[in-house]
Amino acid sequence: MTTASRVLPPLGPTRKLKLPKQAERRLGNGLTVIAVRRPAVPLVEVRLGIPFGQVHPARAAMLAETLLSGTTTLTGVQIAAELQKVGGGLSAGVDPDRLMLSGAGLATGLDRMLELLAGVLTAAAYPADEVATERDRLVDRIQLAQCQPGHLARTALLKRIYGRHPYAVQTPTPDQVRAVRPSVLRKLHDQRVHPNGAILVLVGDVQPERALDAAEQALGGWNGAGQVVGLPATPPLEPGPLLLVDRPESVQSSLRIALPAVPRTDPDHAALQLANLIFGGYFSSRWVENIREEKGYTYGPYSLVEHSVAGSVLLAAAEVATEVTGAALLETQYELGRLACVAPGAEELEQARQYALGTLQLGISTQAGLAALTSAYASSGLRLDFLAEHAARLARATVAEVADAAARYLAPARAVTVVLGDAQRVAGQLGTLAEVVTEPAVP
Amino acid sequence: MSTTRRATIPATRYPVERFTLDNGLRVVLTPDRSAPVIGVAVVYDVGIRSEPEGRTGFAHLFEHLMFQGSENLEKLAHFRHVQGAGGTFNGSTHLDYTDYYETLPGNALERALFLEADRMRGPRLTEENLRNQVDVVKEEIRVNVLNRPYGGFPWLTLPPVLFDTFPNAHDGYGSFTDLESATVADAADFFQKYYASGNAVLAVSGDIDVAEAVELVERHFGDVPARPAPVRPSFAEPDLTAERRVSYTDRLAPLPAVASAWRVPDPIGDFVGYLPYAVLAEVLTDGDAARLVERLVQRDRSVTGVGGYLGFMGDPFDVRDPTALLLQAHLPPDGDVDKVLQTVDEELDRLATDGLADGELARTQARMATHLLRDTDAVLGRALRMAVLEQQRGEPGLLNELPRLVGEVTEESVRTAAATLRPQRRATVEVLAGAEQ
Repeated sequence: MTTASRVLPPLGPTRKLKLPKQAERRLGNGLTVIAVRRPAVPLVEVRLGIPFGQVHPARAAMLAETLLSGTTTLTGVQIAAELQKVGGGLSAGVDPDRLMLSGAGLATGLDRMLELLAGVLTAAAYPADEVATERDRLVDRIQLAQCQPGHLARTALLKRIYGRHPYAVQTPTPDQVRAVRPSVLRKLHDQRVHPNGAILVLVGDVQPERALDAAEQALGGWNGAGQVVGLPATPPLEPGPLLLVDRPESVQSSLRIALPAVPRTDPDHAALQLANLIFGGYFSSRWVENIREEKGYTYGPYSLVEHSVAGSVLLAAAEVATEVTGAALLETQYELGRLACVAPGAEELEQARQYALGTLQLGISTQAGLAALTSAYASSGLRLDFLAEHAARLARATVAEVADAAARYLAPARAVTVVLGDAQRVAGQLGTLAEVVTEPAVP
Repeated sequence: MSTTRRATIPATRYPVERFTLDNGLRVVLTPDRSAPVIGVAVVYDVGIRSEPEGRTGFAHLFEHLMFQGSENLEKLAHFRHVQGAGGTFNGSTHLDYTDYYETLPGNALERALFLEADRMRGPRLTEENLRNQVDVVKEEIRVNVLNRPYGGFPWLTLPPVLFDTFPNAHDGYGSFTDLESATVADAADFFQKYYASGNAVLAVSGDIDVAEAVELVERHFGDVPARPAPVRPSFAEPDLTAERRVSYTDRLAPLPAVASAWRVPDPIGDFVGYLPYAVLAEVLTDGDAARLVERLVQRDRSVTGVGGYLGFMGDPFDVRDPTALLLQAHLPPDGDVDKVLQTVDEELDRLATDGLADGELARTQARMATHLLRDTDAVLGRALRMAVLEQQRGEPGLLNELPRLVGEVTEESVRTAAATLRPQRRATVEVLAGAEQ
C-alpha cells in the first residue's frame, strides 16, 4: 500500500435525545388515547391495542381475520374503499396479549379513519359468508406456516418453555379454526372488544390535543362494559435435555435457545440488554462474529429480549447448515458461557452501549417507529418519557453490572434448547454436547 | 358520509443539492433536521444483470465482500465502527444496482463518509474472506430458497420464463457450483470494472448542514482514484408474441400458487407510459376493495391471496428496461390455475372496456400517496431512493414529485394499460404443491 494510512474520524458531540410533543387523555369509557406529534410527512399512524389474553387462539385469530369484514351498515369492501379515499388502511392482528388494529393514512383523513374504526368496534357484523371465506384462508395460511421451519421451531420452543401457560400454544390447528362460527365471534366481540384497558396511539402530522379531541369524538361512545381478563405470570424456565424436533431432509437446522429475562422496568433490564448485545444481539456481537464471520455456519443469527405482558424471555435463533449443527451449538454454548463467566471488556461494552443509545434515536425518527414504540411501551404501562430514563440507565451501566447480568441470565446452564432439523443427520452431533430427546415435528 | 370528495394529494419538499466530484462521483444531499439522524447511501451501477455467465450470484457475493475490510480497515471493522457509533448498516443487490447504506445519529456523519470512501478505494479481497462469505451466502440461499416453501417464487422462477437472455433470465442468487467457482481474481476484476467512482452515487440525508457536508464529502471522497463508468450494455429483449407457461413441483409447498408477468414500457425512457402500470397494479390488488381481491378472494374464493406489483423485486422506481408487471396468487388445495388466469383476463377486459368505477382511481391514488410518503419518512429511505433516482435518471428530486405524478395518472391511461395485458404477452409460472398435508 503506497498511501499513508488514514485515521478513523472521531464522532461529533452527541445530539440530545429529544422527545416529541405529546398529549394523553383517558376517556370516560376507559380508553386511553396518546397522541404524538411528528409532522415530517403529512400522514398519521394509528395503533389500537385491546387486551385479549386468555382467548382461544382459533377464536382470537378468526376474530382478527373478520373484524374488518363488515358492519351493520358497511360491507368489508366498502370499509376498505372508504379508508382508501383518505389514503388509509386498517389491518387487525392478534397475539396472546392483545388484539391490535394498525393503519396509516393522510393526516387530513384522521377524523374519517377514526369514524370508520369506531364503526368496526361498535358494529362489526361477522357476516356468515365472509367468515366462511376467511376461515378457509386462515386454514390455508396455517398449513403454509406448518411447512416453515421457523414456525415449527418456534411452536416447539413455546410448548417447551411455557408448558400449561396460555402462551404455550399460539397457533390454532386447522380443525379448531374450522369449528369457529359467526355467533362465537359476535359473542367474543361482545365480551372482549371493549375500551377498558385499551390504548389508542396516534402519531404524525397532528396537533396532539386536536387528535385527542378527534379520538374522543369518534370513540367516546364505544361501550365500556365487558370483561377484563388477566394473565398468570409465565413459569420460570426449566432447563433439561435438548429437544430435537425431527424434520427429515431439512438442509438446515433451526437452533433456538431460550434464556431468562426481565421486563423493561426491572433494574436489571439495561444491563441485561447490554449483555445480550455483546453476546448476539447485534452484528458486532461475539456470536455473529464467531459463527458467521469466522466460521460461515449461518447467515443471520440473532438474539433478543421478547417482552410480553405475562413475562419476558431472551431468545437466540440461528439457521445453520445441517453438517455443522453440533459445531454451531458448541460455539453458541461457548459464547454464552464465556460471557457468563468472564467480564466483558470495557471497549466492547462501550460499543454495545453506543449501539443501544444510537438505535433509540433511530427508532423514534419515523412516525411508524414512534407509533410502534409508544404502543409497545404503553402496553407495559410506560410512556415515551421512559425512553430518557432507559437511556440514562444504559449510559451508566458498569462492566460489573453487565457481567453480573450475564452470569444470571445468559448462563448456558439456564438455557432451554430446541433444534429443528434432520434428526438422522444431527442427533449424533448434538448428542456429544447434551442429552437429546427427539420428537417428530408436530404442526 | 362523504362519497365522491377526492382527497388532496400532499407533497413533500425535501431540498436537494447535487454535485459531481472531479473523480466522477455524483453526490446528492437532502437535509432535513426534524430528527437528529442521518442516512448515508452509496449506490453502484451494477447488479444481477451484469454478472458474467458462469458466475451467477456474483454481484450479490461481491456485495458481501465489500464488508470484509478495506484499504484502512480490518475485517469486522466496518460493522463495529458503524454500530459503535449507534448506527445500523446493510447492503443489497438488485437487478440494476447494488447499494450500501447506514443510518446513524447525526454526529457520525464524517465517520460514515470515511467508511464508505475507504471501501470505494478498494475492499480487502482475500481467499479466506471469499471462502467464508461463499459459505455465508450458501446459508442465506438455504434460508430464503431451499429450506422453505415457495423459495424464490416468483422472483427467481419467473424471469427465465419471461426472458431469454442470460442477463435477464438467470438466477441472481446463484448456483452453488458457480458460487464455489468464484475466485479472488474474479472479484478484483469485478471491482475494477464496476466499482468505479464514475459509476457510483453517494447520497446523504437528514440532520446535516449542507456546507459542512460538502466539505466532508470532498475531504473523504475527493482523492478516491478516478475511474470512469463502464459502458452499460443494452439488456433489451423483444416482447413475447405467444403465451409461455411453465410449472414445477415445490417439495415443501403445501398449496398451489401461480404468478404471471407482462412486459411494461421502459421505466426510464417512457416514464409517462410506465406510470399507469404502477397505478394499475394497485387498482387490481391493493386492499380488500381492489378488483382482483374482491373478485378472486371474496367472490369466487378461487385464490386465498393475490398481489400485484411492478418489477421482480417489487419496487417500481428503481429498475430499468426490460421489466414487467407481476400478478401472483396462492390457491386453495383444490385450486384451478386455468380458471384463475381466465378470471384475471376477464377482469382486465372489464377494466379496459368499462373503465373504473366512480372514485376508484382517486382512492387508489390517495392510498399510493400514503405508501410513497411513508417510505420517505425514514431518513435512509430518502437517501437510498434519491441515490437511485440520481443514478438512473439524474433526477433525485423526483422523489418529491412521485405522489403528485401518480395522482395525475388518468383513467384513460389505466384502461389502455389494462388492455395491453393480453394472454399472448403473458409468461406464467405455476407452483405444484409437493408437500404432504
